[in-house]
Amino acid sequence: MSVYTGHDALTVKGLTVDFGSFRAVNDVSLSIKKGTITGLIGPNGAGKTTFFNALMGTVQPTAGTIALGDKNITGLSSDDLFASGLARTFQIPRPFKKMSVLENVMLAPMQQVGEGLLSPLLKRSLIKEQEKKIRQKALGILDFVTLSKLADHDAGKISGGQMKLLELARVLMGDPDVILLDEPAAGVNPSLTKILLERIEALNEQGKTFLVIEHDMDFIMKHCDPIIALAGGEVVFEGTAKEAQANTGLLDAYLGTGFDDD
Amino acid sequence: MIGIISYAVFFTTIAAILAIAVLGLNFQWGNTGLFNGGVAAFFGAGAYATIMLGGTPQPDQLGGFGLFYPLALIGGTIIAGALAWVVGLLTLRLRHDYLAISTFGVAVAFETVVRNASGFSGGALGMRGFERPLEALIANPFFYNLLFLLLVAVVLLAVYFYLERVIKSPFGRLLRAIREDEVAAQSLGKNPSKIRLKAFVVGSMIMGMAGGLFASFYAFISPQDVLPTLTFQIWAMLIVGGAGNNKGAIAGTFIIWGAWTLSGWGLANYAPIEAQLYTGSIQYIIIGFIIVGMLLWRPQGLFPEKLVVSQSGR
Ligand SMILES: Nc1ncnc2c1ncn2[C@@H]1O[C@H](COP(=O)(O)OP(=O)(O)O)[C@@H](O)[C@H]1O
Ligand SMILES: [Mg+2]
Repeated sequence: MSVYTGHDALTVKGLTVDFGSFRAVNDVSLSIKKGTITGLIGPNGAGKTTFFNALMGTVQPTAGTIALGDKNITGLSSDDLFASGLARTFQIPRPFKKMSVLENVMLAPMQQVGEGLLSPLLKRSLIKEQEKKIRQKALGILDFVTLSKLADHDAGKISGGQMKLLELARVLMGDPDVILLDEPAAGVNPSLTKILLERIEALNEQGKTFLVIEHDMDFIMKHCDPIIALAGGEVVFEGTAKEAQANTGLLDAYLGTGFDDD
Repeated sequence: MIGIISYAVFFTTIAAILAIAVLGLNFQWGNTGLFNGGVAAFFGAGAYATIMLGGTPQPDQLGGFGLFYPLALIGGTIIAGALAWVVGLLTLRLRHDYLAISTFGVAVAFETVVRNASGFSGGALGMRGFERPLEALIANPFFYNLLFLLLVAVVLLAVYFYLERVIKSPFGRLLRAIREDEVAAQSLGKNPSKIRLKAFVVGSMIMGMAGGLFASFYAFISPQDVLPTLTFQIWAMLIVGGAGNNKGAIAGTFIIWGAWTLSGWGLANYAPIEAQLYTGSIQYIIIGFIIVGMLLWRPQGLFPEKLVVSQSGR
């Protein structure tokens, strides 16, 4: 199913996050293999989103180290992490409202000549050239996530599912190696979910590594391998999709749902 | 007739100077989402510094360097920017409401300092001793005012075209993204605090330049000119015109300044004597109603921001 190369894309050791006296993530150690689509499951409040936030430097961990490949990224802020090839989407989509869908996507590339106060006056032709390339790439990616028809729409006025696709599109502009997806299918209609899954699989074929938080068991069991389960901020299961499937106790206990084994 | 024309020139000059400051605020609030509650401080810094740099030596006043006028004006602009840089470093981590309160505090402190530092800024009497550029060469005051209007119009247009270019460039895209969602922008590799600081400094420099022009037009600046009411007026102009739209910002300035001037004239001529005593206060109430009305019925302003859509290359 996935292009497992035997190296770690992301290595987390002893990651702990406290909110006051409440420990949301407790001493989590795990590694994400390069080229996998790893599933991260667990009940609501298990600490999955907080774990993502800690990886991305959005919340300060109390303890722990994080490595991207063999690079220590502990304590880096999310802008530096994006530049290093680690990107994320949000559980609750965060589109740039009052900006067109295309502008949302064109924002993402790093090192744009026109991102200065004087360059818009002094380097017009260079900017024009770069904008043309960025626009072409953005339109290509919007096409890939089936949003090209909405390019000129206000990003605040598209559907929730389309916003999730837009978040993926924005992230792809930066060519990240590792992509963290926070509940990409939640609240998304089945046909958009299907597109999203196909796109994730296609990108995975190209060598991108995914860590996906999802509640949709069908999604997890069919497309993710291996699978990690968090509960109460701790890792309670780590194994292949097969092992997870066999472990009905785990699923009943932590998800309260069975799933169709077809 | 000549009276009306010369009044129109005077009115347009002041409105155009204020429009420059409104454009500076629009860059901060309309484009970047920075709530600057202390416009008067940056306007004032530019005004005082321009007179200090370009004026003649006076007792109780710092400066009087008699610099060549464009240098004095640029110097005033830079000093307003330096003040903004310091204030920005200290406050830009704050979110909207706190940023508004702390910048408001800066403006109050600025006014208090210039009012009381009588050995430095002329105190309550203000700063004098400024000779307006080229005035010695042009005897006719009407022609001189016309020339000054031309200067102000050139600066206004230059600021307008510069800002239009910037907000249509990738930098403008960056500002809007930070205005809409800082966390998302940072997760896409952008550095919000650096960009916010840049926008704050540039916007304040533009306000400072407006202040410099204002002080040179009157050849005078005093604490009376940098009261919090100035900040209030500039905000009213932006809200009515349309935050995020530079044309709207300019239109809003002329509308509010027109309403201000007309209501002052109307009250002075037609209101009962008892009411005339309160002309200033009544004007503020009128402008206050206009702001509240706009926020209720047309919060996007008369000329709302336009969505940037893809033009070519499709
Ligand atoms: N910023 C925060 N401050 C305090 N508590 C938080 C914060 N963010 C999350 N939590 C708490 O941490 C726990 C884990 O939340 P979260 O990571 O969102 O769970 P999940 O994504 O697994 O549903 C929850 O109990 C939540 O209330
Ligand atoms: Mg969550």
